[in-house]
Amino acid sequence: MSLPLATVFLQTTNFIDACYIVAFGLMIYGMSGLTGPRTAVRGNQIAALGMAIAVAATLLRRGEFSGSSTVWLIIAGVAIGTAVGVPAARNVKMTAMPQMVALFNGVGGGAVALIAWVEYRHGFAHDGSGPWSLRVEIFELFGAIVGSISFWGSNIAFGKLQEILPGRPIKLPGAAQSVVNLALFVVAVGVAVVLCAGTHSQLLFIVGILVVAAVLGNLLVLPIGGADMPVVISLLNAFTGLSAAATGVALSNPVMIVAGMIVGASGTILTDQMAKAMNRSVPSIVAGGFGGTVAAPAGATAGAGGGTVRSTSAADVAIQLSYARQVVIAPGYGMAVAQAQHAVRELERALEEKGVTVKYAIHPVAGRMPGHMNVLLAEADVPYDLLREMDDINPEFSRTDVTLIIGANDVTNPAAKNEPGSPIYGMPILEVDRSQAVIVLKRSMASGFAGIDNPLFYDPKTSMLFGDAKASVSDITAEVQAL
Amino acid sequence: MDSLVIDLAVLVLAGFVGYAVISKVPNTLHTPLMSGTNAIHGIVVLGGLLLMAESHGVLEKVLLVIAVAFGTINVVGGFLVTDRMLGMFKHKDPPRSEEGEE
Repeated sequence: MSLPLATVFLQTTNFIDACYIVAFGLMIYGMSGLTGPRTAVRGNQIAALGMAIAVAATLLRRGEFSGSSTVWLIIAGVAIGTAVGVPAARNVKMTAMPQMVALFNGVGGGAVALIAWVEYRHGFAHDGSGPWSLRVEIFELFGAIVGSISFWGSNIAFGKLQEILPGRPIKLPGAAQSVVNLALFVVAVGVAVVLCAGTHSQLLFIVGILVVAAVLGNLLVLPIGGADMPVVISLLNAFTGLSAAATGVALSNPVMIVAGMIVGASGTILTDQMAKAMNRSVPSIVAGGFGGTVAAPAGATAGAGGGTVRSTSAADVAIQLSYARQVVIAPGYGMAVAQAQHAVRELERALEEKGVTVKYAIHPVAGRMPGHMNVLLAEADVPYDLLREMDDINPEFSRTDVTLIIGANDVTNPAAKNEPGSPIYGMPILEVDRSQAVIVLKRSMASGFAGIDNPLFYDPKTSMLFGDAKASVSDITAEVQAL
Repeated sequence: MDSLVIDLAVLVLAGFVGYAVISKVPNTLHTPLMSGTNAIHGIVVLGGLLLMAESHGVLEKVLLVIAVAFGTINVVGGFLVTDRMLGMFKHKDPPRSEEGEE
């Protein structure tokens, strides 16, 4: 007992547990700050403080640094993580946020799977007759399966968003994909049951759990393409959270349980909202392939009707916009691709100087992740109170003179309302066709990601301005200012 | 009470708390919410820290160093990028002097 009394007190389990409770309290309080943009910055900082307390308390544990190399290994891990994480967070472009979030989801899931592996090996301690605890095993196996799926699935999602992998669905022919996925899932669960039943084999753990789940993670995300990405990213987010919570139960660590469950709940809510906004069920999205085998033929026949498309010029658009009372801008993924958000903001300012009221209509699944458009426009200094959610803006379209659609397609497609045969029938859309006039900025006449023709383009009150969104918007702005 | 029962009780209650808190987050903040929750699930770093001292052999140590690095990427990167993003959300009226940021 040569330690000073204060040190002894700090190392008691009760003190550390108290720190954990303070830590998860701060995290919950911090996350509740995210309910409004004004309180969100502080909320995030409070949650970070909670995290710092949790980490500090863990490092205080007696025996935390026992073993000659432990201290250095911990420092090495933290240093590597910081060296990768800080520059990534500082430098990532807002247009690349979906990739970033996918990658962060992945490393979290990967950490869970690795920890589960080590924890499993600890069962073999003491000459193979180790202290197997069913409680630890069940939750570690759950963490290993879900964490591994999340790691590989997120990496595939990252590859698709970063355009390292093709965005189009990659899948086995026919129903084979679902059968294989189901089989893999059954194998993983079966192996988990066998392991829990008393078979202790590291080889079986690696092959039957980690590898099978890895293959499953790949196969789950490969068939899912661009427009379904918001759902997938949310789902993977939920997976990582739940697997972290399971690890928390295995290690009997309250702050891990609470933090993991918050993320699990958040991911679940977002997944559900995104799926609703597309009028699709989560299983049907996971089964894969909008624009795949089922959807394409139906889409090809719908819509067009041999109508003609009216193309217009930047000068004409500028006149239309300048003499409008209210203009609504509906951005989509095309705005992100063209990095046109700053140009859009300038156009908005130019129009406001002419006394035009400008609002933005944000569809919940516009872009590649939940809230994607909001972040891009926030980056361009657009005040968030100009951004209107779908339910708020839809009644306004009848009072809108001109709706300007920038790189959005499927979320404005009236076929979702009018054509029961359309593959997107029933999906809630921005009802832009109810405004007096519609201007669509588009690169070409190619159909949207879903591969569905958009009757809006053939509407007599619609005119199209073809070209790169950023260049088009800048041209319009110049013309507006010249008027 | 058995500690497993307590842990499961915490699990269930935390799920409901999380659901209640996150349900109120508006669409505008969904991307920061996702990156913020990315940071929060970086809590798995604790798992690496807890197991490090008990681990034996090169393989386990390598796995845990990677796990700690992954968790740290989540925590540090997640909170930083969320902070950066949230700093960009501005209200229409610039005068907001009561909040001296930084």
